[in-house]
Amino acid sequence: MEVLKIATAGSVDDGKSTLIGRLLYDTNSLTDDKIEAIKNSSQKRGYDYLDFSLATDGLVAEREQGITIDVAHIYFSTSNKSYIIADTPGHVEYTRNMVTGASTSQVAIILIDARKGVIEQTYRHFFINNLLRIKDVIVAINKMDLVGYDQSVFEDIKQNFEKLNKNSTYSEQNVSYIPVSALKGDNIVEKSNEMAWYQGETILQHLENLHTEDVSEERQSRFSVQTVIRPKTDEFHDFRGFAGKINGGSFRVGDEITVLPSMTTSMIKSIYFYDKMFQEAKAGSSVTILLEDEINIARGDMLVKSDELPKVEKDLTATVCWMDSKHLKSGAKYWVQHNTNKVLSKITAIDNVIATDFSGSKEANNKLALNEIGEVKLKLAKPIFHDTYVSNKSNGAFILIDEHTNATAGVGFIN
Amino acid sequence: METLLKDIGATINQETQTLQVNELENEAIYIFREVAAQFERPVLLFSGGKDSITLVRLAQKAFWPAKIPFPLLHIDTGHNFPETIEFRDRLVDELGLELIVRHVQDSINQGKVVEETGKYASRNILQTTTLLDAIEEFKFDACIGGARRDEEKARAKERIFSVRDDFGQWDEKNQRPELFDMLNGTIELGQNVRVFPISNWTELDVWSYILKEQIEIPSIYFAHKRHTFLRDGLIWSAQDEVVFRAKEEAVKERTVRFRTVGDMSCTAAVESDADTIEKVVAEIRISKISERGARIDDKRSEAAMEKRKQQGYF
Ligand SMILES: Nc1nc2c(ncn2[C@@H]2O[C@H](COP(=O)(O)OP(=O)(O)O)[C@@H](O)[C@H]2O)c(=O)[nH]1
Repeated sequence: MEVLKIATAGSVDDGKSTLIGRLLYDTNSLTDDKIEAIKNSSQKRGYDYLDFSLATDGLVAEREQGITIDVAHIYFSTSNKSYIIADTPGHVEYTRNMVTGASTSQVAIILIDARKGVIEQTYRHFFINNLLRIKDVIVAINKMDLVGYDQSVFEDIKQNFEKLNKNSTYSEQNVSYIPVSALKGDNIVEKSNEMAWYQGETILQHLENLHTEDVSEERQSRFSVQTVIRPKTDEFHDFRGFAGKINGGSFRVGDEITVLPSMTTSMIKSIYFYDKMFQEAKAGSSVTILLEDEINIARGDMLVKSDELPKVEKDLTATVCWMDSKHLKSGAKYWVQHNTNKVLSKITAIDNVIATDFSGSKEANNKLALNEIGEVKLKLAKPIFHDTYVSNKSNGAFILIDEHTNATAGVGFIN
Repeated sequence: METLLKDIGATINQETQTLQVNELENEAIYIFREVAAQFERPVLLFSGGKDSITLVRLAQKAFWPAKIPFPLLHIDTGHNFPETIEFRDRLVDELGLELIVRHVQDSINQGKVVEETGKYASRNILQTTTLLDAIEEFKFDACIGGARRDEEKARAKERIFSVRDDFGQWDEKNQRPELFDMLNGTIELGQNVRVFPISNWTELDVWSYILKEQIEIPSIYFAHKRHTFLRDGLIWSAQDEVVFRAKEEAVKERTVRFRTVGDMSCTAAVESDADTIEKVVAEIRISKISERGARIDDKRSEAAMEKRKQQGYF
C-alpha cells in the first residue's frame, strides 16, 4: 500500500494534537481502549469534551508540562493509503526536532490559530518546510469555531500567508489553505456544515488525492552500496551482489553505470529483490545489483548512470541546522555521514546565521548554537559523491557526528 | 501450510516488469543491511511472536542468497506457550540459523532477580536482567527487536537506532535525532544499540505482510479450543499451570486465539473464530481493541512502558 508521510507544525496550543487526534478518530483509527483512556483522562481533568490531544503526547514529561517535546510518530490508514504523521513541537528551542520531523516527510501541515493569525512561529515553520523542500504544504487555519466560522478571518490569514510565500525560494512548492475546527471536526475528514463558503478539499481529501510521485524530487539515479553479499555456497559460488537502496531515479538491466570513487564502468547484469529478478527498480527499492564485470566495490561506493555523474568533491558548502548543545565552531572536526559513506571533516568557515523568519542573515562570529541554521564550509578527508540538496534530496544531505560523544550534532543541505 | 523457506535458488524466475516498491518492507531491509554493515556483533531478539517471525523473513530478504549473518537470541521466561517454543526450534532448524537461549529461571536461581508472587505475578520485568546479562556475555553491540511505534505511547518516540548505555538504560530525553534515512550507529565500547526495523509498521501492516508472504506462525495465533477463565474482563488460559488462578475463578472451554504471544502469565486471549490468516487479518481490520489492550503489564500505570524501557526493557 502507498505510504504518505506527513509532518505537523504549529505553536503550542494551536491545536496540533487535537487535529491529529481528530484525524484518527474520524477515520476510525482509534481503538475502543484508546478512546476509553482519552475519555477517562479528559474527565479527570474536568473537560466536558474529548481531549484528542491525549492520543499523541507520549512521554511523562510531556504529559506533566502539557507540551510536545520530541517527535512522536502516529499511524493511521484509509482503504487507500497508509499515513505516518511526525508530530513535531513548535517552540523555538525545538527547531531541530522540526527539521528532523520534516526530513522524513513529504507533506507538511502548518497550523494557525484563527484568532491569532500568522505569527512569528508560522514564519519559522514555513521557512523550515521551504529549506527542506517539502513539496506539499497545507496551511490549516484552525479554531474557526471560535471566530464564528467567518470567511473574512480566513481570507485575511490566507493573504498574510501569501505575503510570506513571496519570500519562498521554492517555486514548485504547492501551498493550500483549509479552514478547520479540529475540536469540532470541521473540514478535517468531513466537510463542514458551518462553512458553506469554502468549496475546497478537507484535509483528508487533500491527502488522499496526493501521490508519492507528486511529492518526491530525486531525479538522478543513485545507488549507495550498503554491503556486499557473497554467499560462498556451492550453489551461489560466484554470486557477488551489491546491496543497497536506490536513492533517486531508477536502474534497468543493461544500464551502463559508473562506480565511484574508482570511476570504473560496467553494465548492470541483474537486479534482485530477495530471490526474484527484475528488469527495472525505482527509487526507494532495497535491491541487490550484480554487474557484468568483476570490480572491487565496498560499502560507501556509489553506482550511478554513466551519463549523470554526481559531483566528486572534498570541499563542501552547505546550509547546516545545528542540533547539539555544544556550539559548532570553525576549525572543529566532525564525521560527515553521507549516504553509506563516512568521512572525517573540518569546519573551515561559518559564513553566517540565517534568520528563520525570512529576514535574511547575519554574521555568525564563527559559531552556530543549538537550533541555529547557517551557511557552513567544510573540508573533507576524502571526497564524497553528491548532488545539491535541491536536485536530489537523499544524495544532497548529510549528518555531522561528534567525534567524541558520537552524537548526531547537525544536518547539512549541500548547496 | 507453506514451508518456512522457499527452496533457495529453485524459484528464481526472470520477471520482465518493474519492481513494485513496498515502502515499509524496503525500509526494513535497508535497516537490516545498515546493522550488518555498521556493527560487529548484532543479534536478533527472537520471542517467537509474529513480529519477530516477520523480522526473520525480512532479514532473509535483506541478505539472500547469503544466510542471515547474525544469531537469534531468545530470552526464555519459562512461561512461554509450549506452541511457541516448538515453533522456534523448527524455524531455526529449517533456516539453519544459530539460536542462543538464556533462561530467566537461571537469573532467579542465581539470586539476581526475585520471582513476583500473587495474582498478577509475571516474569515480564525479570527478563530485562537476563537480557542485559546475555548482551554482556556475548558482547552484542546491536540488538534487533520487533517493537513498533504504534504499540504504545512511549514507543512512538523510539528511534530506529536507539542507543543504550552500559546499564541498558534508555535516555529518552537525550535521543539522537534521525534525519532522512541516515542511521548513526557510532557507539562507545560497552554501549549497544537497540534496532527496530519495523518501527513504522502497524499491527495491521504486520498481519497483511504475513498473509501476503504466507509466513507460518505459531498455532496459538489462530482460533482453537482452550480451557480458560475470566478475570478483569479478560480471558486467561487455564490449561497452563504458570497462569495463577484463584479457586473461585471458574474454568470454561472457549474458542479463542491470542493476538500477541508474550508470557502466558500476562497475555490474555480473545474470543475468536478466526482460524486462518485471512480470517485473522479480516478480524484485525475491524477490531476496536488495540493488541496491547490484552496485556496486563501495560495497565499497571499510564507510564508503565516508559518506566520499563528506561530500565533496559525492550
Ligand atoms: N474551540 C476550539 N478549540 C480547539 C480547537 N483545536 C484545539 N483546541 C483547543 O486548544 C487547546 C490546545 O490544543 P492542543 O491540540 O493541545 O494544541 P497543541 O499544543 O498544538 O498540540 C486545547 O484546549 C484544545 O481543546 C478548535 O478547533 N476549536
